[in-house]
Amino acid sequence: MAAVAAGDGAGSGAAGSPEAPAGGTGGGGWRRPHGPLQRYYGPSAAEAAEAAPDPTDINGPHFDPEVFMTKVRSKCPLGQLLAQEAALGREIRALDSDMQTLLYENYNKFISATDTIRKMKVDFRHMEAEMDDLAANMAAISASSARVSAALQDRHRRGAQLAGVQALLRKLQALVEVPGRLRHWAGTEPTRALRCYGRARSVLRHYRHLPSFRAIEDESHAIMAELAQRLRTRLRYETLDPKELTECVEILLQLEEPPEELSEEFLSQAGTRLEAELAMLEAELPTSDPSGTAATPPPASDILDFVDRGSSAFVGTLCQLAGSYRTLFGSDTGRLEPFATVLATRYFGLLERRLALERGLGDTSLLVRALDRFHRRLQALLELLPEGAAAAAALVARAARERVDRYLRALQTFFLGCLGDVRQALAAPRPPGKEGPGLPDLLATLAASVLGQLKAVLAYVQLFTARDVTFASLPYFKGEFCVAAVREGLVVAFVRWLCRTARGFADGPAERGAPAAPPALLLLLARLCLDYENSTISYILTLTDEQFPPQDSGPAVTPGPALCAEARAAAQRLLDHYVQVQGAAVAQMLRKSVETRDWLGTVEPRNVRAVMKRVVEDITAIDVQVGQLFEEGVRRAQSSDSSRRAFSVYSSSRAPGRYAPSYTPSAPMDTHLLSNIQKLFSERIDIFSPVEFNKVSVLTGIIKISLKTLLECVRLRTLGRFGLQQVQVDGHYLQLYLWRFASDERVVQGLLDEVAASAAHRCLDPVPMEHSVVELICERG
Amino acid sequence: ARALTPQTAETDAIRFLVGTQSLRYDNQIHIIDFDDENNIINKNVLLHQVGEIWHISTSSADKGVLATCYNKTSDTKVMTCAAVWRMPKELESGSHESPDDSSSNTQTLELLCHLDNTAHGNMACVMWEPMGDGKKIISLADNNILLWDLQESSAKAVLSSSAALEGKGQLKFTSGRWSPHHNCTQIATANDTTVRGWDTRSMRQIYCIENAHGQLVRDLDFNPNKQYYLASCGDDCKVKFWDTRNVTEPVKTLEEHSHWVWNVRYNHSHDQLILTGSSDSRVILSNMVSISSEPFGHMVDDDELSDQEDQHQEEKIKEPLQDSVIATYEEHEDSVYAVEWSSADPWLFASLSYDGRLVINRVPRALKYHILL
Repeated sequence: MAAVAAGDGAGSGAAGSPEAPAGGTGGGGWRRPHGPLQRYYGPSAAEAAEAAPDPTDINGPHFDPEVFMTKVRSKCPLGQLLAQEAALGREIRALDSDMQTLLYENYNKFISATDTIRKMKVDFRHMEAEMDDLAANMAAISASSARVSAALQDRHRRGAQLAGVQALLRKLQALVEVPGRLRHWAGTEPTRALRCYGRARSVLRHYRHLPSFRAIEDESHAIMAELAQRLRTRLRYETLDPKELTECVEILLQLEEPPEELSEEFLSQAGTRLEAELAMLEAELPTSDPSGTAATPPPASDILDFVDRGSSAFVGTLCQLAGSYRTLFGSDTGRLEPFATVLATRYFGLLERRLALERGLGDTSLLVRALDRFHRRLQALLELLPEGAAAAAALVARAARERVDRYLRALQTFFLGCLGDVRQALAAPRPPGKEGPGLPDLLATLAASVLGQLKAVLAYVQLFTARDVTFASLPYFKGEFCVAAVREGLVVAFVRWLCRTARGFADGPAERGAPAAPPALLLLLARLCLDYENSTISYILTLTDEQFPPQDSGPAVTPGPALCAEARAAAQRLLDHYVQVQGAAVAQMLRKSVETRDWLGTVEPRNVRAVMKRVVEDITAIDVQVGQLFEEGVRRAQSSDSSRRAFSVYSSSRAPGRYAPSYTPSAPMDTHLLSNIQKLFSERIDIFSPVEFNKVSVLTGIIKISLKTLLECVRLRTLGRFGLQQVQVDGHYLQLYLWRFASDERVVQGLLDEVAASAAHRCLDPVPMEHSVVELICERG
Repeated sequence: ARALTPQTAETDAIRFLVGTQSLRYDNQIHIIDFDDENNIINKNVLLHQVGEIWHISTSSADKGVLATCYNKTSDTKVMTCAAVWRMPKELESGSHESPDDSSSNTQTLELLCHLDNTAHGNMACVMWEPMGDGKKIISLADNNILLWDLQESSAKAVLSSSAALEGKGQLKFTSGRWSPHHNCTQIATANDTTVRGWDTRSMRQIYCIENAHGQLVRDLDFNPNKQYYLASCGDDCKVKFWDTRNVTEPVKTLEEHSHWVWNVRYNHSHDQLILTGSSDSRVILSNMVSISSEPFGHMVDDDELSDQEDQHQEEKIKEPLQDSVIATYEEHEDSVYAVEWSSADPWLFASLSYDGRLVINRVPRALKYHILL
């Protein structure tokens, strides 16, 4: 045994790989008992697929004991052989016991099955007998039923015959009565007569070979013909309301009158009726007077009433007629359409004339409601008149546009009225001691009233696009009306017009002759335009866009900045003009004073000339005026140079240290030389140059114009010694009072220096006055 | 200095006459020769001792004859008088060999005659008949127009006719021009804001432009090629162009200057070129094609062009130019009181400012060729 065990161990160690099939056989041992059974009931797919037959597979179908033996014998060592033999023996025994168990079980089942079958056989025999009984009973029942029905058949047939005869008799009776009834109804209720006739007609036609029936038929024919005749007469000569008309034509149609002819008559009848209604509407309109609008009386009824009546009467009738026409003559509207178009066009024409009467501003809501009603009623006609809808929409749009235009004009008139008021307020003589309304008040009133009016107009116009108005949903009102009519046509046009008008004050009257606008008005308008540029335009546009939302793909709109630029340009123009006008006024004064004086023979100056005082007064007044409307503006910090030149009068009024000198003058220079050098390096002074929107700039502009005039005038004169001294005094006086108005003191100084230099140049005997004396005179003056 | 004039009768040399204004020294007339080829300016000085010169004009027929308006000052009175002078013969046509120290050999003007104005007031300007034989001159004195005949080779001036402007207030002519059209029978004058036209034969007013400018009218000029066109300038900084047949509206208005416009001059040959001088110290050369005699955009065949040897002949521009400012000259430091085109070279002009600076400029070359070709 030890040897076997050893050999087995060696064998298993030596032949590791050939062991594998043996192990596999061992592993498959469990299933082995079911394998044959399975095979018996049919090989499974897996086994069928098993391709290569292995003769050594002890469980396989191709098992070949010879091969197996040979293989085992040749391959396995003795130990293993023995072990395999023992294993095989064990397996065989196990299989045997399994087989026995199965056999026994099967046998038991077989026995019980046999018992069951035997029991069933007994039961069936019993049931057969009962079925036979049942069949016999059924046969008896059917026989008796046949007997009964045979007995009743005869009587039933007789009853049916009787019923038929009675029905026939009743029909005959009805036929006989037909003419009477027809006659009875033909007068009062043609519809019933017609129905009756319709029922009887086919029968009568069928039996017309019988004389009595023919008589009846002829009679009823005659009656119906008469009826038809009567109806036609009625149709032709009487005025029928639409319902009667429809009825009438319907009956005639059923009486087989020719429909062509009928439809024509129908239309002509309807036409007369509609014409009558139109005529009624037209009667309300004043006779169109091509010569002028002078004596047209105000329309008797307001537009809403008119449209109401027009739509309820005319449009309603037209709708009704069109509807009945369609039901009567089918959907072929070849004749109806042109008919309706002609009438509708006339109606539109009437309405247009009526709208044209709405000249005044009146009540927009009334107009809107009227238009709305008109449009709504017309919707009913839409399917009938597709082009009518377009025409109606165009009409409404035209009316709306017209209204907007009128509002624009009203706004313009209003603005002009406001301006007139302002002018009056400006021109009104002020009671002494009591200040009239200040410029800011006037400006505020003007701006507020114009803006208020504009808003009110927008609110009115908005009625056209209100949600509950039907035509507001038209694409025109959604898009083009908002953008083209309201935004461009009303708001933008108004702002543009305002700017243009304002500019007109600057451009127009200055040219020739026409009464020039008062300077204060120019100033006021400049401020107004500037305000528009700053805020009002954007406010108005936002408001408009809110109330009339523009469509994205709509026509191009004028952008706000463009308008702002226009307003700004107008404001600039006005302010420039203001400066020129005021400057010219002062300059004129100076020029006259220089030209008329005899500068050679003048006496030694004792006073500042009155005209200079007047100039200072005027400029102070202008300063006050401008200061009411415009901000102070930036003053250029005085250079130390000018502060050195400043005289004690106003150098003392300055807070010390406020104008901290950035540099100290290097050396006192001759002022004349200094100013000459300064002139070389300083930029040119543009005299009539555009000004900025602030007080200082405006005042500087005016002062520049005045002083330059003084300079040019002095250059044209020849002065004596005292003339020069007078100029000296005047110049000093001006400098004393004007520096505070100008943005750059050096401008004033420079110009006055030039005046002094020119005066010295034009002087025959240039002996300047003592500076202290000059100061003294000025202070005294 | 305010007085500047080209030597009208001279057509070859570019020569300007400038009168000085000085109260305390002897006044002079400077004859400025400009040598275009060498870009050299030559100056000859003539003494004019009677007073400071406010206006100067040269005879259109005789190179050597000129007229001045000058201030005669006494202790208490200033009187503006006018006189006709003859310059020395050798200076008539310019002496290029004049020595550098020209001030040393100053020569004196020979007085031909005085225009006696004791009865008429201050002389504002003297105008020579533009076409004739230099025998007729017109002077404006306060509110009078005086037409003089020069007799005995200008040695004697006889007042042949006169007209006075009547009205309320002190009316004073500021300037005037003699129209070269209508056989030289029309003049235009300016007083205050009004421009008036006169017929020299009847000495009657023929048209009147009321309120031609917002303020004083400073100067006038006639379009040399279009007989009814007139330019005016004034204290409202504007230059206006008028058609004298319709005096209610200006044909065109220029607003380029920023102060009074003292002078306006049409170019003698190319009337679209307008020169203006202003007390904003600027000289502006404008191109007013739309109201000039130049037809718009008219093309001329090349051979036709080559036939025209005279450059004064009207040339056609190739494409229409817009009305525009061609150039602004800012060489002056002070107010410019006079601008004049050269009588010899139509592309050259001079401007004079208060401080005595005379600037000679040329029309930009590009524009010149544009007009010529």
